Amino acid sequence: MIVNGRPSDIPAGETVVALLRRLGLAPDAKGVAVAVDGEVLPRACWDEFALPRDARVEVLTAMQGG
Amino acid sequence: MAEPAPTPVPTTLHSGDPSPGRAVPTTTASSPSASATPAPDDLVIAGRTLRSRLLLGTGGFPSLELMAGAIQASGAELVTVALRRVDARARGSLIDVLARAGVELLPNTAGCRTARDATLTARLAREAFATDWIKLEVIGDEDTLLPDAPELLRAAEELVDEGFVVLPYTTDDPVLARRLVDVGCAAVMPLGSPIGSGMGIRNPYNIALIREAVEAPVVLDAGVGTASDAALAMELGCDAVMAASAISRAQDPVRMARAMRHAVQAGRLAYGAGRIPRRTHARPSTPVKGLPDFG
Repeated sequence: MIVNGRPSDIPAGETVVALLRRLGLAPDAKGVAVAVDGEVLPRACWDEFALPRDARVEVLTAMQGG
Repeated sequence: MAEPAPTPVPTTLHSGDPSPGRAVPTTTASSPSASATPAPDDLVIAGRTLRSRLLLGTGGFPSLELMAGAIQASGAELVTVALRRVDARARGSLIDVLARAGVELLPNTAGCRTARDATLTARLAREAFATDWIKLEVIGDEDTLLPDAPELLRAAEELVDEGFVVLPYTTDDPVLARRLVDVGCAAVMPLGSPIGSGMGIRNPYNIALIREAVEAPVVLDAGVGTASDAALAMELGCDAVMAASAISRAQDPVRMARAMRHAVQAGRLAYGAGRIPRRTHARPSTPVKGLPDFG
């Protein structure tokens, strides 16, 4: 699994909520969005969606810009 | 409150051409602070009323404290934010600071180079910030950060279809601006000059032509270097100005934010007031009649 561009040892089947906890984020964190394999994973799916083995995951948040 | 009907006065640049200005309420003259600005001259974008015609970018500030101070000094109600990968080491409290400032977020798609990346980023921003508004940027060149027109138009059309309120960062091309509004963009944000260049408005004629070409609000974006650039944008008929680097990278960002706020208000008033035509020769303001003859 690739998380934010880096290989990760996160096991297949882990939920997004568990992944967020590993990244130090609360599951209800404001200003956070998740994409899996180039598609938005809606917040409502975060506690049940099982991340596939080869998933490319992007965990994004607000940054100063523009 | 409806936006005042745009009666363009791009001719302020044409020497000898009388510039009648347009009928915008003048009551702001007696109450320059944004909080006292009366409703008739409020800016309306996609049904949302904005009392400040200055939009602020949050990028480039040396600290969140300075950013918060500049937001307050600017009077801006709408500020842009970007989406980037979570950095576990350096997670600031940007969202909290912006919430305390009481501003609305305008997420952008800064850094996207294709319609695909930009539309996906917009969907992620909607998820992250619970807003349908998106400042759409699709960059076509690394050195100039100029927009990629075909990709921009494609992305705009797609996002409008998905229900987004799309504010595209675009070139100063009036034809492209019209095409963007034709596909349903809520406003257009033409550049004055390249992002962060501080070169001001390089082609004021085109900005005035864009004001003529579209009914939607025109927000001058990119290139503003100092307060007079913002005032010029408003005098050309822009409905608002977006400033980022000009404020955040100024030596004193809070003071520059205040300057921009006044410049936008002054330019708006001047636009409504209607400037005098440019003349080659002098025209005395003091009457010649009654001039004494001292022999």
